[in-house]
Amino acid sequence: MATPRPAATRVFQNRAFLWLCLVATNVAVVVLAVLLLSIFWQGFGELDWDFVTKSASRKAEDAGIKAPLWGSIWVCAICALTALPLGVGTAIYLEEFARRTRFTRIVQTNILNLAGVPSIVYGILGLTAFVRMFGAFGSNLENAVEFGSPESLFYLRLPFGSSVLAAGLTLMLVILPIVIISTQEALRAIPSSLRSGAMALGATPWQTVWGITLPAAVPGIMTGAILAMSRAIGESAPLLVVGSALFLRFTPENLMSEYSVLPLQIFNWAQRPQAEFHALAAGGIIIQLAVLLTFNGVAVLIRQKLQKPLL
Amino acid sequence: MTRDPMQPDATATTSASATPSAKAPALRVDASHSGAHSGSHSGSHSAATTTAIKVRAFSSWYGSFQALKSLDLDIPAQQVTAFIGPSGCGKSTFLRWINRMNDTIPSARAEGTLELHGMNLLGKGVDVVELRRNVGMVFQKPNPFPKSIYDNVAFGPRLHKNYSRAELDQLVEQSLRQASIWNEVKDRLHASALGLSGGQQQRLCIARAIAVGPEVLLMDEPCSALDPKSTLAIEELIETLADRYTIVIVTHNMQQAARVSDLTAFFYEGALIETGATEKMFTTPKNKQTEDYVTGRFG
Repeated sequence: MATPRPAATRVFQNRAFLWLCLVATNVAVVVLAVLLLSIFWQGFGELDWDFVTKSASRKAEDAGIKAPLWGSIWVCAICALTALPLGVGTAIYLEEFARRTRFTRIVQTNILNLAGVPSIVYGILGLTAFVRMFGAFGSNLENAVEFGSPESLFYLRLPFGSSVLAAGLTLMLVILPIVIISTQEALRAIPSSLRSGAMALGATPWQTVWGITLPAAVPGIMTGAILAMSRAIGESAPLLVVGSALFLRFTPENLMSEYSVLPLQIFNWAQRPQAEFHALAAGGIIIQLAVLLTFNGVAVLIRQKLQKPLL
Repeated sequence: MTRDPMQPDATATTSASATPSAKAPALRVDASHSGAHSGSHSGSHSAATTTAIKVRAFSSWYGSFQALKSLDLDIPAQQVTAFIGPSGCGKSTFLRWINRMNDTIPSARAEGTLELHGMNLLGKGVDVVELRRNVGMVFQKPNPFPKSIYDNVAFGPRLHKNYSRAELDQLVEQSLRQASIWNEVKDRLHASALGLSGGQQQRLCIARAIAVGPEVLLMDEPCSALDPKSTLAIEELIETLADRYTIVIVTHNMQQAARVSDLTAFFYEGALIETGATEKMFTTPKNKQTEDYVTGRFG
């Protein structure tokens, strides 16, 4: 005979578990709140229009964040514009078109492994492939092949050197596996009955993907894109390797411009002994958070706009 | 009763099905058939009919498993043919060969003759996209797209041709009328299709299938996920659609087969045991297995 389980014990267990979950949630919330409050406490005084319109300076009171702010925007925009089409395209191919062969299994395994590779490794890859282009154009920029004048917006140079383009492409490598995997998950979540329904109406595989599967998967894809871009904007290690400047007075003018990025500027200020620079670092963190929230806000807007027909 | 939207609009709906099929590159090759399809059918199912789908020595496999064993069958045009039989007997598999939906299963293959008006459906050169436009399908579970009601119906026509807004509006209305759902949705055409009830969703799926102007409608247990009232609505719809379309319906519901079909085919373990007029199949079947199945002794 099974022994009865007393109601009191079960009620107690239920309550205890609820409390455990509440504590776990609150630990995370409290840590985040403390972090944000201390940053705002330190950095809020630095925040004014000058801070975002002035460039780096040796004197703390003159220093601003303009160059790394624009550097981050350029680099992340290049990263998003390359990684999202490539990643979503790869995921669509693997999920919707490719037959399950040994080749696609190897590709799939590789993508999963690449998602776990430390980002500094991508930095070294970016240095070899984009900054130096395997030395194919000589070992320094003296022998570079140039297209257009360095002042032009469309100036291009091979190899890319330590440019925003090289940095954006390196970050693309970092987030590509994340974009591919999250897009695959989003596509897998679409019921196959919708694909059958479209195909039974005479839709080609492409029409099925473009008309039915992809629109239904957009919310999931955008969520993955938000996570990936949040990672890209906070990356510093690979950009250190591909030659981001730590002290720069100019904003990028074209794809070949030198650049600095927010995380590295923050690091640069935080490591200085003077307390004024620590306040600047806190101000930089607030700006970085603001940029991050803006990026995510845009993604959420796109998601909701495209999601409308679903509701 | 949901019949009323159908009847007064008989003339309008006739032109609805004629418009897309007349403009589209025709898959049907048999000239003698086009007369029978032009909508002049009297509605009497016992009238002399042409064979729409001819099946001879048709076998199919999933890998090494033989799902269908040498079927011979003639599916008449503009009539309702019901496939009955216990689960796993190959009814749905066969249905999915008629519009080549089995192409999506890499291990599936077939041998034998499967012809639609003399055109071999198994050939390598078959344009499956055009075939599926001509052979519509309604699935077991209603599967409306996560779009508006209007866009669900317009999805198919838009795939094949560039319609003007007015043409599309007309086509959508006619398709919804034919599927006996117009009166229920006419005020919320641009609301999500997912907000409809299961029975309405299934009728929407039928409207969606009709909108591309098919000649054959395949229905894979279209009522198995629906309540009795919605089932009745769909069955009545099938009867009215049979005037214009060749309908093949897979069902587990014996009464449903008896109610809606003109011809019944009994499948068992991948083989076609018996085929015949529905009244005969349910009253005086020739085969003992058929008799046992239709009287509910097994299956």
